[in-house]
Amino acid sequence: MIQWFILALAVWVVAFMVNLWLVQRNDFLSRLAMPITLGVALIVLWEGIVLGFDVSPIVLPAPSSIWARFWAETPTLWADFVQTFVGGALSGYIMGCGAGFVVAVLVDRSPFLRAGLLPVGNFIAALPIIGIAPIFVMWFGFGWESKAAVVVAMVFFPMLINTVAGLQSADAMQRDLMRTYAASYPQTLLKLRLPSAAPFIFNGLKICTTLALIGAIVAEFFGSPIVGMGFRISTGAGRLELDMVWATIVVAALAGSAFYGVVALFEKRVTFWHPSQRR
Amino acid sequence: MIKGKLLPVLTIILAIIAIWYAMTVVLNAKWTYDQAARAGVEVSFSEMVADTMGQERPVLPAPHQVAAEIWKTTAEQNVTSRRSLVYHGWVTLTATLLGFAIGTALGISIAIGIVYSRVMDGSVMPWVIASQTIPILAIAPMVVVMFNSMGVTGLLPKAVISAYLSFFPVTVGMVKGLRAPEGHLLDLMKTYNASGLSVLWKLRLPASMPYLFASLKIAMAASLVGAIVGEMPTGAKAGFGARLLVGSQFGQPLTIWSALIGAAVLAGLLLVIISIIQGLTLKRMGMAQ
Repeated sequence: MIQWFILALAVWVVAFMVNLWLVQRNDFLSRLAMPITLGVALIVLWEGIVLGFDVSPIVLPAPSSIWARFWAETPTLWADFVQTFVGGALSGYIMGCGAGFVVAVLVDRSPFLRAGLLPVGNFIAALPIIGIAPIFVMWFGFGWESKAAVVVAMVFFPMLINTVAGLQSADAMQRDLMRTYAASYPQTLLKLRLPSAAPFIFNGLKICTTLALIGAIVAEFFGSPIVGMGFRISTGAGRLELDMVWATIVVAALAGSAFYGVVALFEKRVTFWHPSQRR
Repeated sequence: MIKGKLLPVLTIILAIIAIWYAMTVVLNAKWTYDQAARAGVEVSFSEMVADTMGQERPVLPAPHQVAAEIWKTTAEQNVTSRRSLVYHGWVTLTATLLGFAIGTALGISIAIGIVYSRVMDGSVMPWVIASQTIPILAIAPMVVVMFNSMGVTGLLPKAVISAYLSFFPVTVGMVKGLRAPEGHLLDLMKTYNASGLSVLWKLRLPASMPYLFASLKIAMAASLVGAIVGEMPTGAKAGFGARLLVGSQFGQPLTIWSALIGAAVLAGLLLVIISIIQGLTLKRMGMAQ
């Protein structure tokens, strides 16, 4: 059995050599291939450890069995995904980020409010807000509404802080220029301050993608219908069906990466002028 | 500076407490009216407001109820007692700090590797980012169970979850920070024929300090969240996370809220401590803003 592990180690060494060679080439394709090589090597090593040391599937299932489970249970996983991601995470994300953005624009008009809200908001953003999940489940019931509410509470403050900071980012010279044009407040907001705030706003949006997914999943531990990713993970762990749990985790990782990727793509489109986007 | 900030901040805090009281009345009114209807008595508005302030199992407890509960579970209990919030806070704090220490050490090591090795930069960095899309919080209970089956119990499983969450901000911040020195400074080190180690020690690490402290604050908050969620599985008998779960299962809002406020105070204290160390360090290094 141990030869599996040795074989996996050999694959690892080969992958390392490949990456050494890729780093020398340094073109677009090799930059793409390097993380993929590492990922494949990691998966092979994982499989090698499980096969080589006879690890019990209750502790750590092999990637191959997770893969099999993933394709066997696709309808269930899809229903979970719709319930948790679309119902909980996405709707909460849109409401929470929208509210954070609107409040930020309103607060921005008053220096007094801004001076008060920023430190408090920063503090609240650092709190373990996930802890309100049980309370919200009590208030809004077991459906997706309570999950969306938890997500709203989690993403509101990071979005608020980032947007307020972004609206401050246009410098005095640019604002003076708008004044010399006799631009009204909405004109200045739309033509200067919101565009210059875009990098900050997108930073907030990107942070909130992972928060939203985590919030929706964890909130399901405190009560959920018999569908949903959090439900699947907690019952799967209870029944020792760890391959199902890991299949759900794969879905969550894919969904999270895709969600983040879509926002990052939007950012590239909107803030093409920003120095960090230059090639 | 401080004076100009104090008034607005106090205003906002007072506003939050006022909103909290208003919500208390709104959310608890239904229970009061139901009870009155059942007893067949009419309640006036002022009686209703008075009742919503002191229910046994309120939908939303009033701030003074939470304060009383916290007072009862901290000042009036023996610190080592299982009913003491101080004891639960201590359990959470130890897991948080251990996870924070592991995560910070790991994050700095990975960042040094990424800055000094092009292979690592190309292949590891995308996976560091991808690692954060795995909802570790969601599988935290399972991780704890997994460690238990291997015979590892107590502090370490929780600390591992904390470390997993806290290494990421440190890695990202330190990669930025270690690359912060300008080109001419690195060239100067080259003219001195400095070794890679002394460039790291004398130039890169000192230059990264502001970035490090900014990351440490985020990492500390993340560690606390990790520790609390790690305490939620049924095996956990102590800590804020366990209190949240107990309160949720037995329908005791006061338990939940006192654990929440306790966690908030703990987070605040930890952030203040990091800020103080940051102030002292950056001042000594001549980097204070």
